[in-house]
Parts: sequence; structure tokens; C-alpha cells
Amino acid sequence: MRAFSYERASTIEAAAKAAAGTDGAKFIAGGTNLLDLMKLEVETPTHLIDVNRLGLDRIEPAPEGGLRVGALVRNTDLAADERIRRDYAVLARALLAGASGQLRNRATTAGNLLQRTRCPYFYDTNQPCNKRQPGSGCAALGGFSRQLAVVGVSDACIASHPSDMAVAMRALDAVVETVRPDGTTRSIPIADLHRLPGDTPHVEHVLERGELITAVVLPKPVGGKHIYRKVRDRASYAFALVSIAAVVLPNGTGRVAVGGVAPKPWRDEAAERELPNGAKAVTAKLLANARPTEQNAFKVALVERALSAVLAEARG
Amino acid sequence: MQSPGALEISRRDLLVASAATVTVASTASLSHSQTNAPAASQSTKVSFTVNGERRELQLDNRTTLLDALREHLHLTGTKKGCDHGQCGACTVLIDGRRVNACLTLAAMHEGEGITTIEGLGQPGSLHPMQAAFVEHDGFQCGYCTPGQICSSVAMLEEMKVNIPSHATGDLLAPAEVTPAEIRERMSGNICRCGAYSNIVQAITEVAGRKA
Ligand SMILES: Cc1cc2nc3c(=O)[nH]c(=O)nc-3n(C[C@H](O)[C@H](O)[C@H](O)COP(=O)(O)OP(=O)(O)OC[C@H]3O[C@@H](n4cnc5c(N)ncnc54)[C@H](O)[C@@H]3O)c2cc1C
Ligand code: SF4
Ligand code: FES
Ligand code: FES
Repeated sequence: MRAFSYERASTIEAAAKAAAGTDGAKFIAGGTNLLDLMKLEVETPTHLIDVNRLGLDRIEPAPEGGLRVGALVRNTDLAADERIRRDYAVLARALLAGASGQLRNRATTAGNLLQRTRCPYFYDTNQPCNKRQPGSGCAALGGFSRQLAVVGVSDACIASHPSDMAVAMRALDAVVETVRPDGTTRSIPIADLHRLPGDTPHVEHVLERGELITAVVLPKPVGGKHIYRKVRDRASYAFALVSIAAVVLPNGTGRVAVGGVAPKPWRDEAAERELPNGAKAVTAKLLANARPTEQNAFKVALVERALSAVLAEARG
Repeated sequence: MQSPGALEISRRDLLVASAATVTVASTASLSHSQTNAPAASQSTKVSFTVNGERRELQLDNRTTLLDALREHLHLTGTKKGCDHGQCGACTVLIDGRRVNACLTLAAMHEGEGITTIEGLGQPGSLHPMQAAFVEHDGFQCGYCTPGQICSSVAMLEEMKVNIPSHATGDLLAPAEVTPAEIRERMSGNICRCGAYSNIVQAITEVAGRKA
């Protein structure tokens, strides 16, 4: 790990300002992703700003009837909240399907959204990787790509986004609230938070330098059956090969976001309108532009089958 | 007497210090004003309690809680398996909650209360979970055991305060301590010896005793 300086921020404004004013500064929340990458020198911040003491750890009613989840709410506490379990069960289920009890106790709402890919070559500093080192190439194309994305990819990068939580939040149309270093705030629909790789896979989201996530707002409950189905290589403590976050209404319409297949939670409202016509029709539209590798082509069939199981459960 | 851990740290500090000296020397010849700029500190003072005892440390910022416990406080009961959050050998309790000590910086825990396996119980006054692991042979080599025990103690507390798991059927009802719940909730603790079935028995016994 490279040496760095460290500060405990005590106000939101001070944290954002410090991050913008110091070259190589990063926020640290739970640290479960950042420290992992710093040990491997994939991440090499020169200054860490600890945002754990900013009082952003509450879940409050939002004025429009939803819930405002503080950026520092731990994944365990979000999944255990009574209101989340009752009205946003797909989110509770997605959280509980991720990582382990110990990790969820530390992992935060904001950190989970901004966690980086699990592409094995991104982690291995001896390998070319455009995301880690722009212009160096992509070892995953033609390499071990079983876990990686099939849609939304580019010739520069086929990394998948590893979060379970974000997939459910995408299905719920969550909105990310931030504060910029100049003190202005903005609200970013979760659909717009992450960027597709294109020619710049190292630029993963739309946040500006020093911009701090303060909360994620869940719009008011939409009802329906909430299902999160995660398919993985072992039954627990493993990242998704494919996951489905679904909210299905009694008339058969609803919402579907898919994880494990793209550089961000993958949802397509046109594909969703096919829900009453079944999993095959939805998947055909959702993954129409899929460009899988030989090793991950199975994901296309897996999405259809997992969705088919989800729809059966919703009817059941 | 200086401990081996302290020696190692001072060697590292020495390297950092000499590197810094070289930098200062070269910039000084270019511009005098720069030598007056205070170098950002690479170490932080932190105080917390460990097993009820107040400890104060001045640590290189890079020091994880795991390394602070093992190398600086010489509490070697907590183990380092993977150092990347993938095995659970480093599980300790922070204010009662289980965490991977390898993926958190010691400096982040100012004022908090840490409990390690040494703090749960000692020979002659074992914690019920420690005793149950012994009784049920919940280990073979024993390397994962301190993490398993800390994790299982906190896990039963999580169940008491109605925290659900992936194995919980109905999110609106409290979960019951079944083998399926225990296995899912303990999946963050890997045992390379495969003592899992005995671990589940030990935890089940303690859960029953408490109920
Ligand atoms: C072994 C293992 C298994 C895992 N399995 C899963 C899994 O199955 N599913 C899953 O979804 N996840 C999994 N994870 C990942 C885990 O969910 C993430 O590491 C965690 O959610 C990150 O949150 P954090 O608070 O620890 O983030 P940190 O590591 O603290 O930060 C992550 C990033 O977010 C930035 N950041 C943090 N807070 C803010 C803020 N408020 N504003 C702006 N930027 C911020 C940081 O600068 C950093 O770049 C696993 C992790 C491990 C180690
Ligand atoms: S897929 Fe992306 S993250 Fe993986 S090696 Fe290629 S460029 Fe790097
Ligand atoms: S040593 Fe911390 S999880 Fe393996
Ligand atoms: S007893 Fe050997 S690793 Fe668990």
C-alpha cells in the first residue's frame, strides 16, 4: 500500500472541499472496496477523507412520500429497516444476497454504489487493463471473462458492475443526492449515475471531483411483488453471474433490472413493456445488443431462465 | 524490551523518513519557500478500547485494525487469512458488531470498543461459544476458529435484534435459528478444514441454551 495522509471530516462541506482541493484525495466510507484495492496498489490515493462521522447514517421519510437513505447507512441496517422490508423488499433481498454478514456491517450505501468491478485483470497490476491504466489494453477480451459483461460493453472494456444493491435501486428508480465542493447540491437519477465504458472505461460515473454522495432517495412505494433472484457459482458469499430485481404488479406488468451482465445495472423500459408476454420476449429486447464473449455467452440464456423463474414466482 | 513488531515498524519509518529527507533536500535547492510547507502527516494518533482496556497508538495511516491488534498490541488470537475480506479469519467485534479487521484502518476507530477472541473468554473462563466449539470439535487446525467464534457470537445477537438474512423466508417475521439460517449467516467465515457441520452444532447448542 502506498503512503497517504488521513483526515476525519466533521462536516459535509469540509469533506467535499478537502477532496476537491487535494490532488489524489479520496473519500473512505466502509473501506471494504477501497482498502482492498489500495493493498494491491490498484488504487493509490495520496489522501483519505474519512466520511464516517458526518451524521449521514439515518433513514428518514422523504417529503414526497418515499425514504431518504443516508449515504453512510450500513448495508445491514438498510436491509433490516422495517420500512425497507415492508415496502421495498426487493432492495432488502438484494442487500442480503451480497457479500457476508461482516462486510454488510461495514459496507455503506454510497460505497456500495461506487464499488469497482471484480474483473480479475483489473485487480492484477501485471496485466493490461484500460480501466486501471488507460490505453494499456484489455486482458479480459480473449481472457477469462466468465464473470464479465455482455451488454453495454465496448472494445476497450467489458467489465461488469458487481453491486447487488444498485440493481434493486435501479428497479425502484432511486435518486442519488450529492453535494459539490462549491456547496451546491444535485439529484442524479440512478440510471444516470454510472457511465458506459466507451473509450474511457476509467471514468465510471458522472460525479465531479470532490462531489460527495449524501443520500439515496427511494420514491414512494409502488406495491407489487418484490423478487430478487441471484445466480452465482456458490450459494452464498459470491458475486452474481446474473441477478434479477423485479417488481411485478397483479396485472402482470412491472419493472425488471438485471445485474451481472453490464457495466451498470441494466434496465430497458421498452423491454419491460413485454413483461406480460413472458421472459423470452423481455430478454430478446433487453439483450438485443448483447456482445458476449465465448466464455460468457451463457449469460444470455441464463437471464431468460432466471427471469422466467422470477415471473413464475410472482404468479405463484 | 522492543518487540519484533515495533522493530519492523521503526525500520519502515526509517525508510519513509530517509525518502522524505531526499525529497526535501532536492526541492530545497530549487526553492526555499517549499521547505517551509508542512509535510502532510503519514501517521495518526488513535485511541480505542480493546477488550475493555484503553489503548492509545500512533500509527502509520496504512495500518489496518488487524495489524494494529496483531503487530502493535500483540493480540495474535485474531488471524490473518487472506487480508482481502474473503475468509473471515480476522473477524472481531466493534461495538458488538462483527467486521473484517483486515478491511478497515485502525485510525478509523477513534473512541470505539473492540472485542477480540482474547476478550470473549480465557482458558478457565471460556465464553459459552468457545466451550461449545471445544465440546463439538468445531475445528481441526484451528486457524479459522477465533474468527468463527467472534462471528457466531455476533451473529446470534443479530438474530436477537431481528436482522434478516438471505435464508429468511418471510422478511416480516423474525428468523428462527435453523441450520439453514446459521449456514447462510456464517458464510463469511471459510474453514479450509471443512469443520462446518460441527460448527453448526456448536452454534445451535449455544442458541438453544440462550433461548
Ligand atoms: C469478499 C467480498 C465479497 C463481496 N461480495 C459482494 C456481493 O456479493 N455483492 C455486492 O454487491 N457486493 C459485494 N462486495 C462488495 C461490497 O458490497 C463493497 O465493498 C461495499 O459495498 C463498498 O462499500 P464501502 O462503504 O465499504 O465503500 P468504500 O470502500 O469505503 O468506498 C468505495 C468507493 O466509494 C467512494 N465513496 C464512498 N463513500 C462515498 C460518498 N459518500 N460519496 C462519494 N464517494 C464515496 C470511495 O471513495 C471509493 O471510491 C463484496 C466485497 C468483498 C470484499
Ligand atoms: S474488462 Fe475492463 S476492467 Fe477488465 S481488463 Fe478489460 S479494461 Fe480492465
Ligand atoms: S483476513 Fe480478513 S477476511 Fe481474510
Ligand atoms: S479449522 Fe482449519 S481452517 Fe477451520
